[in-house]
Amino acid sequence: MLNQKKLIVSHAPFCHDGSSISARSYHMMLAALPAVLIGIFQYGIPAVGVVSLSISFAMIWELAINKVTRRAISIGDGNAAVIGLLLAMLLPATSPWWLVITGTFVAVVIGKHIFGGIGGNPFNPVLIGLAILMVSWKDFFDFNEALVNYDLGFAMAYPLSVLKQLGPAGIVKYSMIDLLIGQQAGGIGATFGLGLILGGIYLIIRGFIRWEISVSFLAGVFFTALVFNLNNPANYASPLFHLLTGYTLIGAFFLASEDSSSPVNFISMLIYGASAGIMTVLIRNIGANVDGVVLAILLMNLINPLVDRIRPKALGKVV
Amino acid sequence: MIKRSFIGLAKTWMEYDALDITQPEPKKIPTSKKATLLLGRSYDHKDSILFNIGDKVKTGQKLSYSEDSDAYVISTVTGTISSISSFIGDYGKSYTAISIDVDENEETDDQFKAPAGDPTLETAINYLTGAPGNPSFEIFSDPEKSINAIIVCGVDSDLLMTTNQYAARADSNAIEIGVRILKKITGVDNIIIAVPQALTIDAAGSGAEIMTVDSEYPSTLPLLMVQNILGQVVPAGKSCEDMGVCFFSAEAVASIGKAFDDGRIPVTKTMTFVNKNGEKTLVTARIGTPISEIFKAFDVTLHEKDRVIVGGPMTGSSVYTEDYPVQADTDAVIVQDRDDVALVSDYPCINCGECIRICPANVPINMLVRFLEAGQYEEAAEQYDLYSCIECGLCSFVCVSKMPIFHYIKLAKYELGRISTVEETNA
Ligand code: SF4
Ligand code: SF4
Repeated sequence: MLNQKKLIVSHAPFCHDGSSISARSYHMMLAALPAVLIGIFQYGIPAVGVVSLSISFAMIWELAINKVTRRAISIGDGNAAVIGLLLAMLLPATSPWWLVITGTFVAVVIGKHIFGGIGGNPFNPVLIGLAILMVSWKDFFDFNEALVNYDLGFAMAYPLSVLKQLGPAGIVKYSMIDLLIGQQAGGIGATFGLGLILGGIYLIIRGFIRWEISVSFLAGVFFTALVFNLNNPANYASPLFHLLTGYTLIGAFFLASEDSSSPVNFISMLIYGASAGIMTVLIRNIGANVDGVVLAILLMNLINPLVDRIRPKALGKVV
Repeated sequence: MIKRSFIGLAKTWMEYDALDITQPEPKKIPTSKKATLLLGRSYDHKDSILFNIGDKVKTGQKLSYSEDSDAYVISTVTGTISSISSFIGDYGKSYTAISIDVDENEETDDQFKAPAGDPTLETAINYLTGAPGNPSFEIFSDPEKSINAIIVCGVDSDLLMTTNQYAARADSNAIEIGVRILKKITGVDNIIIAVPQALTIDAAGSGAEIMTVDSEYPSTLPLLMVQNILGQVVPAGKSCEDMGVCFFSAEAVASIGKAFDDGRIPVTKTMTFVNKNGEKTLVTARIGTPISEIFKAFDVTLHEKDRVIVGGPMTGSSVYTEDYPVQADTDAVIVQDRDDVALVSDYPCINCGECIRICPANVPINMLVRFLEAGQYEEAAEQYDLYSCIECGLCSFVCVSKMPIFHYIKLAKYELGRISTVEETNA
């Protein structure tokens, strides 16, 4: 059997649907683009700076870890870039460079690689990064203070802190339409509600995120806020306000649905999403923090392994 | 080949190929100069084997391995044995490979003629194992299993092929005879023929009860057929045979019918050949013909790193040589150009959940695969439902990380099987 051609031998199946991690990442970034562009349009060069710095450093940290741990170079899968982009979207445009670099370091190295890299992280890396920054340098996340030098032609007070300080009476100046089209202060890519919704719907239709999580998260926020609002409209804002402010929308479509830290079974996804939504409003309405999305999702990440045990019975399983 | 739809949310919908009813006769692959028969027993040159290099064999002649073994193979050609060697198939299954230099003048052995007159289970066991479609009768002589239903598959077990649908349509007479004989020799009255909707008319004359099967993959896999046709759920880890159900392909039943009807054992296998460009053609060839003959007939040039698949795209197996002979159960031969070969990656599971959405058996694959990767097969079986898997391969097909999940699953089952065999022998 000389001159044998060397054929490729492998196990079945011999075809693949063509999906890939990189396609997932790139579409995630594509879907985030409208919101980011509006942010850049509003805050100008500083926003460009934060976004570029965040993406490039997320990738640099990833590369560094690849080198240090001598693993295959994995920046090509786009996951690090997504982490960088999402982190930037949550930050105020005025974030100093070292804050961004630290944030990406925490997100990529501590949030992701310490747990074994992609797929191994029990928490959303972006939120780990953000949470550490928020705890350590609180002042930068006081959007009122951070954005004090901007005058973009709309109320530059962060809606959620206004709500915290003045109650619903203070927020009458925000029209829902304004909130929806991004006429509010906040993170670079977190304010343009319409863009985030469209991006989210795109991701859902293309199957890049799990719709169950996003929808149940939004429903959780909506109904909890509704209950509060109906009981005491003088103290608690309307559900729509909660949906359109803070990190709610970016949380629903881009953060809560992060693959590795969220469940995959149907009922578990609903429980997970809804609980995170409920928790968000609880923190906002009766907790001390201004926004509750970050904490709520991290908390649900923590119990995700438990929640995801609720799964349909496997075929032919005798219990 | 099949790709994810733009709307990724929609379930990936994979349909079996339907038989083209206007299709012309299958293309005949000429008998090659050399044929290789695989006898289902490991080869040991110290055994006193009943045939030798240089022996003349006739078409239809039975070649038994040795006096104290039941293993045999039916020669599908006339010629001279040129070599006997050992051949290892998938998962360590070993064979004795018998190469035959084929003579121009064909002679037919008529040893089967006499016993064919009075069909018995014994005759079937003694002569028809390895006939086209690979009928298997051992189960009926296994005292531990009692078979009470036989499902004849007029459907194909994998995508792209139409081999058994063709048999169900073209050989309906032989199938009718085959069903009658099966009833007689096995004593099983409950024979069901499973066909796609379009072939119900062709199956009508078979004398078996007709059941239609969905055209969506993987509804023709045995475990799902038992569930959908007979309404029985096979417990995880048990086989269909444990439940009293066994399967014959339509082609196998046709072979039984033809063999007993004209006293000659059929030797020609029908297959679906899928060319590099995806073109599908039904072909017929002698069992034992090297698949390179098929390539020759279709002017296929194989390059380095192309892939040759015996069986279907989801469950078949790739072979390393184009000398691989056509077997009794080779329902399809597929060539893939090296540019179309889908490769696996060494990425870990990213927990995207695609496999969970598509698995027909509700296996928690995202968890299972973590244990399989770590080689923790027992945990995988106990906690993560390894044995519920019906081996459809869909999880690997959709895996975003391109993990060889199906491979892991088969390997785990194989390893666990080996462990339990060792334990049984030691007990
Ligand atoms: S091969 Fe995969 S998708 Fe198919 S039954 Fe098994 S685990 Fe489920
Ligand atoms: S499809 Fe692959 S990557 Fe996605 S959850 Fe299943 S095993 Fe993991």
